[in-house]
Amino acid sequence: MIRIEPRDVNSAMFSYGVPILSAVVALILASIPLWLAGAPVLISYVEMAKGVFGSKFAFSEMLTRATPLMFTGLAAALAFRAKLWNIGAEGQLYLGAIAAVAIGTGYIEAPAFILLPLIIAFGCAAGSAGMVVPAILKTRYGADEVVTTLLLNFIIIIFLQYMLEGPLKDPMGLGWPQSSPILDQGMLPPLMERMRVHSGLIIAIVCALIAQFMLARSVWGFKLRAVGENVFAARHAGIKVNRTILGAAAISGALAGMAGVSEVAGLKGYLTSDLSPGFGYAGIIVAMLAGLSPIGVVISALFIASVFVGADSMSRAMGVSSYLADLVVSTSLLCVLIGGFFSRFKLVRTNLEGKN
Amino acid sequence: MTSSPVLILDGLSKSFGSVRAADAISLKLFTGEVLALLGENGAGKTTLMNMLFGHYMPDSGKIEIIDGSGHAKPLQLGNPQASIAAGIGMVHQHFTLAENLDALDNIMLGSESFIHLRRNKSQAIRKIQKIMNDSGLVAPMDVAVGRLTVGERQRVEILKALYQDVNILVLDEPTAVLTPQEADKLFENITAMTKNGLSVIFISHKLREVLAFSNRIAVLRHGRKVGEISSKEANERKIARLMVGEETKVFSKKELQVGEPVLEVDNLTISGSSKRESLSNISLSVNKHEILGIAGISGNGQTVLANAISGLVKSSSGKIKIDGKNILTNDPSNIIQAGVGRIPEDRHKDGIVGQMSVAENMIIEDLNDGKVQSRGLLNHEAIMRHCSNLSSKYDVRGPGPNASARLLSGGNIQKLILARVFEASPKLILANQPTRGLDMGAAADVANRLLEARQRGSGVILISEDLDEILSLSDRIMVIYDGKLRMAETHDRETLGLMMAGEAA
Repeated sequence: MIRIEPRDVNSAMFSYGVPILSAVVALILASIPLWLAGAPVLISYVEMAKGVFGSKFAFSEMLTRATPLMFTGLAAALAFRAKLWNIGAEGQLYLGAIAAVAIGTGYIEAPAFILLPLIIAFGCAAGSAGMVVPAILKTRYGADEVVTTLLLNFIIIIFLQYMLEGPLKDPMGLGWPQSSPILDQGMLPPLMERMRVHSGLIIAIVCALIAQFMLARSVWGFKLRAVGENVFAARHAGIKVNRTILGAAAISGALAGMAGVSEVAGLKGYLTSDLSPGFGYAGIIVAMLAGLSPIGVVISALFIASVFVGADSMSRAMGVSSYLADLVVSTSLLCVLIGGFFSRFKLVRTNLEGKN
Repeated sequence: MTSSPVLILDGLSKSFGSVRAADAISLKLFTGEVLALLGENGAGKTTLMNMLFGHYMPDSGKIEIIDGSGHAKPLQLGNPQASIAAGIGMVHQHFTLAENLDALDNIMLGSESFIHLRRNKSQAIRKIQKIMNDSGLVAPMDVAVGRLTVGERQRVEILKALYQDVNILVLDEPTAVLTPQEADKLFENITAMTKNGLSVIFISHKLREVLAFSNRIAVLRHGRKVGEISSKEANERKIARLMVGEETKVFSKKELQVGEPVLEVDNLTISGSSKRESLSNISLSVNKHEILGIAGISGNGQTVLANAISGLVKSSSGKIKIDGKNILTNDPSNIIQAGVGRIPEDRHKDGIVGQMSVAENMIIEDLNDGKVQSRGLLNHEAIMRHCSNLSSKYDVRGPGPNASARLLSGGNIQKLILARVFEASPKLILANQPTRGLDMGAAADVANRLLEARQRGSGVILISEDLDEILSLSDRIMVIYDGKLRMAETHDRETLGLMMAGEAA
């Protein structure tokens, strides 16, 4: 018989090893359908790597894709550390984008050093509001935030469609449901010439570093971790649990809102209802792969972006479906979840009498 | 009863870490008898029954079942299926029924195979009908269990056990949730069943029902069997003395002049969702240089009283004053500011954040203190220094200040909490079951620290089920029973034991 026992110590080997091993295992497992589809496995993976590292443009595209994932990944990671299950990053992203467009398309005429911070501030505030409301419902009335944040996504997307057909609709847009473009001085400056990668990436990395530092070294981070790990002991020790949860909600929502700002003011320039191909939900996977560590979020966002961008290019070269990317990402998440279990527990062989 | 034994427990021992929960317990059960198992919480009753039922693997000892023809057969240990097959049934204190299913489904659940094409309901109903007729335990079979009364649910639980053809039935505190009338009826039924050869072990705290309905009484204390008497020869005083023991731990306790009150609780009422969570009109006061002991069997309101003084629950009416100032708030941080140090009952749940480090747990109540932080940033070096100072001062042993607190042993977790409490030089210390689950050394350490705090001028409320502890440490003793507090006029075991059982002393 085999029995499950908790491990005494969770070692650094597990916390770093498990995600890396999971990513490798996921790529190996994904070679099975590749092989079934009749594609030469090694060459396919080479094509995939080329799609990410093959050229300066390929690499910059990967970084562009990773930027919003870092923001939504951080949004999920910080909320989840407080055991606040924010599933609404998708909606908060769109709130941030709506606010950015509302401020940035000409309602306020100002030079870049005023307009850009203003766009960011309003975008973050809007995203923040999108998470604080469910958090208030949770702390005040006990409403399950998984349900409220998830359902709020749909409400926000319908609101977005209304805005794009109504108040925010571009009069020059030939009837398309899209917003007017953000003024040039409201755009996040690009990082490389003729490439799409923009300074949102720098902001994302700085946010991750600050989040990492604040979690480990600030009283705010201490309280957030205490509430997340053991809400009873935190309350007993005099930590204001509801206030801490609301604070985590505000920051989490702001980061998700920033993802929207970064996409609309860094990349697209105008808002459409297909701004995000599910970045909000992908952020949850990014955060889980990262073991909810902010620095880890940066790395896992790069990994997931590489898989998606690489799979696109592989699919073009080899004629296999790019759905393979989803397969790699989801198997690696499964591997991390399974690996997480083994880093906390070990299996012990027992004889029939139940003794060691 | 002059019949043959059906069950022999022989030298059963079980340790959890350094705590011996059961220490070479031997017990015999005879055919058709009702054996009452008595003891304070933590005396080892539940551990013993869990070993009998195969939930725990004993460290040593054996169990024998004697079948109808008189052959003794060893029971395979640590295997619930073997215990069920041997005819042992257990009714747990907390119901294990699915509330959305009717009683019949609940009873059949687990006794039929996982895959079956047709359920033979009519046969099952006939069998249950026969059990009901024989025992007098009647409950409606076609109503969802959620809609049955507590008494009916209890009967369904027992019918469920009997349905498995048991000849040994274990009842863990069967009357804890019943009204006196329901309890009397239950014992009538049990008596009727024993006439048909069923043997019963029942666990209880209520001396009166034990005396009235059992044939024999076995008393456990600190994991050992300390007495076994026939119920005819027993009386309440005799049992109470057996339960709480004779020996007293010796602590050097100086006579001190008590000071002014640090805590006054005035007519505090809390209406919780159940009796265990309610208090009615409690008044008490604790003075400087004084330990007030609160004795009682768990589940009589201790937890909610402690939670009220810790700021974890809202009171319905009444006042709590610390140092003369009202603190009727539902806010632990206020309580901490007022100078109350709290040693929580459930140290794993309320005392520490297990995933956070030992050092972080040491300072979790001092987050606003300039010593550990400035402008919202933690001073890592100062925290580490503080932690290693306290670790050596309070002898907290473990893998180091950066290790997760959950890796510490129970005794060391308690020392961590003591370090946190006593370093804040509190005016009042609330110690709720501070030595529960600790070995002798760690328990003595806790006791000495409480006495030191008394010496220094703190007031202490000591809530404990361990009467020895209460008697050896307290200056005054109150007994909590059913959400009400009574002052004990005399400090002797028998009086306290009777008051704890709800009898007039």
